[in-house]
Amino acid sequence: MNYGYYSSAALVTSVVVYLLAFFAHAAEWATARQVPVADEAVERELVTAGAPSTGTTAPRGASAAAGADEGLADRRIEQFSRIGVTLTVAGFLLSLFGVVCRGLAAGRGPWGNMFEFTTTAMVFVVAAYLLMVWRAGLRWLGLPVTLLATVANGLAVTVFYVAVAPLVPALHSVWFLIHITAASISAAAFNVGGLLSILYIVKKRAEDRGRVSGYLARIPSSRRIDLITYRFHAFAFPLWTFTVAAGAIWAEYAWGRYWGWDPKETWALVTWVIYACYLHARSTAGWRGTKAAVIAIVGLASFWFNFIGVNLLVSGLHSYAGV
Amino acid sequence: MTDTQTRPAGESYQREDPRPERAGPDLPRLGLRGTLRFLWAQLTSMRTALVLLFALAVAAIPGSLVPQRKISPIRVDDFLEQHPTLGPIYDHVGLFSVYSSPWFSAVYLLLFVSLVGCIVPRVNVYAKALRAQPPRTPRHLGRLPAYARTELVADGPAGAGTADDVLDRAVTELRRRRYRVRVVEDATGRSVAAERGYLREAGNLVFHVSLLFLLLGVAVGALWGYRGSSVVIVGQGFSNSVTQYDDLTAGGWFKASSLEPFNVVVKDFQVRFEYGPVQTGAARLFKADVAVTDAPGEPTESKVLEVNHPLHIDGSTVHLIGHGYAPVVTVKDGKGDVAFSGPVVFLPQDGNFTSAGVIKVPDARPQRIALQGFFLPSTVVNANGAPASAFPDALNPELFVNVWAGPPAPETGKAENVYTLDTTGMTQVKGDDGAPLRVALKPKQGVTLPDGMGTVQLDGWSRWVKLQVGDSPGAPVALGAIAFAVAGLCLSLFVRPRRVWVRVGGRTPEEDGDTGPRVIEVGGLDRADARGGLTDDVDELADTLAGRSSDEKVTT
Repeated sequence: MNYGYYSSAALVTSVVVYLLAFFAHAAEWATARQVPVADEAVERELVTAGAPSTGTTAPRGASAAAGADEGLADRRIEQFSRIGVTLTVAGFLLSLFGVVCRGLAAGRGPWGNMFEFTTTAMVFVVAAYLLMVWRAGLRWLGLPVTLLATVANGLAVTVFYVAVAPLVPALHSVWFLIHITAASISAAAFNVGGLLSILYIVKKRAEDRGRVSGYLARIPSSRRIDLITYRFHAFAFPLWTFTVAAGAIWAEYAWGRYWGWDPKETWALVTWVIYACYLHARSTAGWRGTKAAVIAIVGLASFWFNFIGVNLLVSGLHSYAGV
Repeated sequence: MTDTQTRPAGESYQREDPRPERAGPDLPRLGLRGTLRFLWAQLTSMRTALVLLFALAVAAIPGSLVPQRKISPIRVDDFLEQHPTLGPIYDHVGLFSVYSSPWFSAVYLLLFVSLVGCIVPRVNVYAKALRAQPPRTPRHLGRLPAYARTELVADGPAGAGTADDVLDRAVTELRRRRYRVRVVEDATGRSVAAERGYLREAGNLVFHVSLLFLLLGVAVGALWGYRGSSVVIVGQGFSNSVTQYDDLTAGGWFKASSLEPFNVVVKDFQVRFEYGPVQTGAARLFKADVAVTDAPGEPTESKVLEVNHPLHIDGSTVHLIGHGYAPVVTVKDGKGDVAFSGPVVFLPQDGNFTSAGVIKVPDARPQRIALQGFFLPSTVVNANGAPASAFPDALNPELFVNVWAGPPAPETGKAENVYTLDTTGMTQVKGDDGAPLRVALKPKQGVTLPDGMGTVQLDGWSRWVKLQVGDSPGAPVALGAIAFAVAGLCLSLFVRPRRVWVRVGGRTPEEDGDTGPRVIEVGGLDRADARGGLTDDVDELADTLAGRSSDEKVTT
């Protein structure tokens, strides 16, 4: 059985499916623009957001006296949202299948180069998102998550793609499993956290101007988004610390020094320090809120630079990009 | 770190100095102590810590973009050559050695001072908090973020309970949930105050203290550690003494005498490359069979040395970090004597192991000879008609050298670089056509040099490995510190400090006297917003105390 072929086919298809999911969520947002926001509706959204709701918005239209139009729009928003999530699940299954096949084709963990790492990390990103949809009603995150998944998997199958190959001797280690799995899971959490930070800033601006309308009125309050953002980062930060430490241990085995200021190591530390700033900023007067969110976004940018920029622009010991 | 609001400068001045000295009307003056206190407060404030963290992140970046002397000295030289104006400026401000530069050191040292300044007072505060009792019950529990009010089920299993029974149950229940519990007696009667999540701050402190130990571990490694490398031709050996190293970097307090006198002989080295269409030429296997002798006179052990599997010998580690080719050459001089014979280390220049090197034959007579050139493991002729190596493995090895000759030079005893040729006193040998003589040899081929200088033969080739020997004595400390740091971090981010209060009110007044059910009030407060579920927990506790099972929930 040609695992490599099925892997590529599934991953390319997942890009298309994610793109369709993105369109569905875009339609969801666009439809919400046409619905005038009653204060009462906003109020109720804030209340339900606090409870572990299933994310359903259906009952709102039913009670509203505003008329059939609004109820219809609400139903359409709900419909688009469901289509988006269903497509995302399909895309997720495809990319999971693709990544597993890739691992079977290579006979090892499928994260030996940029293509493999990106697709694996995206499986974790979408898994985290779907888990949150299921457990905490984070369906409103669909638009940015599907956009990220489309772009990242799209880049992976076009620009980063390399055929299946064994690993160089430096990667023959149990730490290949530990270090990179931890890196990709924290990547997923940082990415979702970054998307949430962007949403937070958008929502906060709208709130400060007193003009919360359209889809923004249907997502939780900025305070609540901030809390969810924090939880993602609070999960990712210790894991990232562990990732860097595991990398250091591996470096001691592979290169005989646990820290050597290799560009990848340096940027991992820079990323770590920026996220440390984020956590400190959240408990410092005058830095909470938008400023902290901006720091989180800078942290994500640093993470991406460490992945893409350092792999492609800078030469160092971590030159396994294979592009 | 402490979130110190910096105190107005004048305040500390007034407290420090009792004499009401008249200064400028609006410019309060600071005494020396006042100034120091002010600076200390500034340095240990959270804002300064934030700025220093940012500064650390920014300061670390240039080192990843500009070549560093310690990592790639050759690229630094190239950079200096390519940028004659910019290079010296970079050099002057330490951009070629960022991580040991004064400004980088200043940032991280200030950060650690700030860290100490924030840990010390917090340890004191925490020590007090550990002994403190949970705070007394607020008068209005209803104003807390989570509040549940329920009635004691009259006929439930706990129905007959008095207020004290309910409070006793609350104490047991909260203790079971690992709260620190205190029974409060005040004007409003008896109530229960409980608190948990003390480990959050403990984790926080452990994390920050661990960072200090991490720095300590790194410092120990920097002071007592050493790392050196040596190129060893397969078949030859390495003895651990300073003279055997090609390069050795060691900390300031390292003593050469502390090197363990072990010996490593490289018996065999296997290397395999990718022949397939994907990643052609990528390395697939490096494996060296070595014989290790711990100390002179001790038995020899056979071991396998691979990437990721270093040897541990008497506290030192031996890593396999590189390999290359060593053409085996025999040079006979004009008198017919063997002036040189053996393998010569050539250094790889690219991924296909185009290897450059020099074969020096100072003992050849009547003229000393030197051969300078390239060894190509898989020779092909490229588009320009020049030979090049097309694959890292030795598929079609060939040696290309130019020949230099000169009158014999006296032995100076001075060390010279074996990889470069000092042509002082030598001239390049010309061929019949007047152009510089180029010798191209395949294994087992030989050539006779002009003017009766002798013959050169390529007997074959051998491989060499680069062994790195080192010891990082602080590594266990650093590793332990980072383990504690991660554990502390998890505690400080995932433990939720929470306060809960329980009060049992009187019976609700009913028409026939005070026979109505008792009212139980439960209030809760989360002191960190890391987790949710406070409302659920408070509701659930209220229901349990009321003797109601959780499925028949009462909305409050």
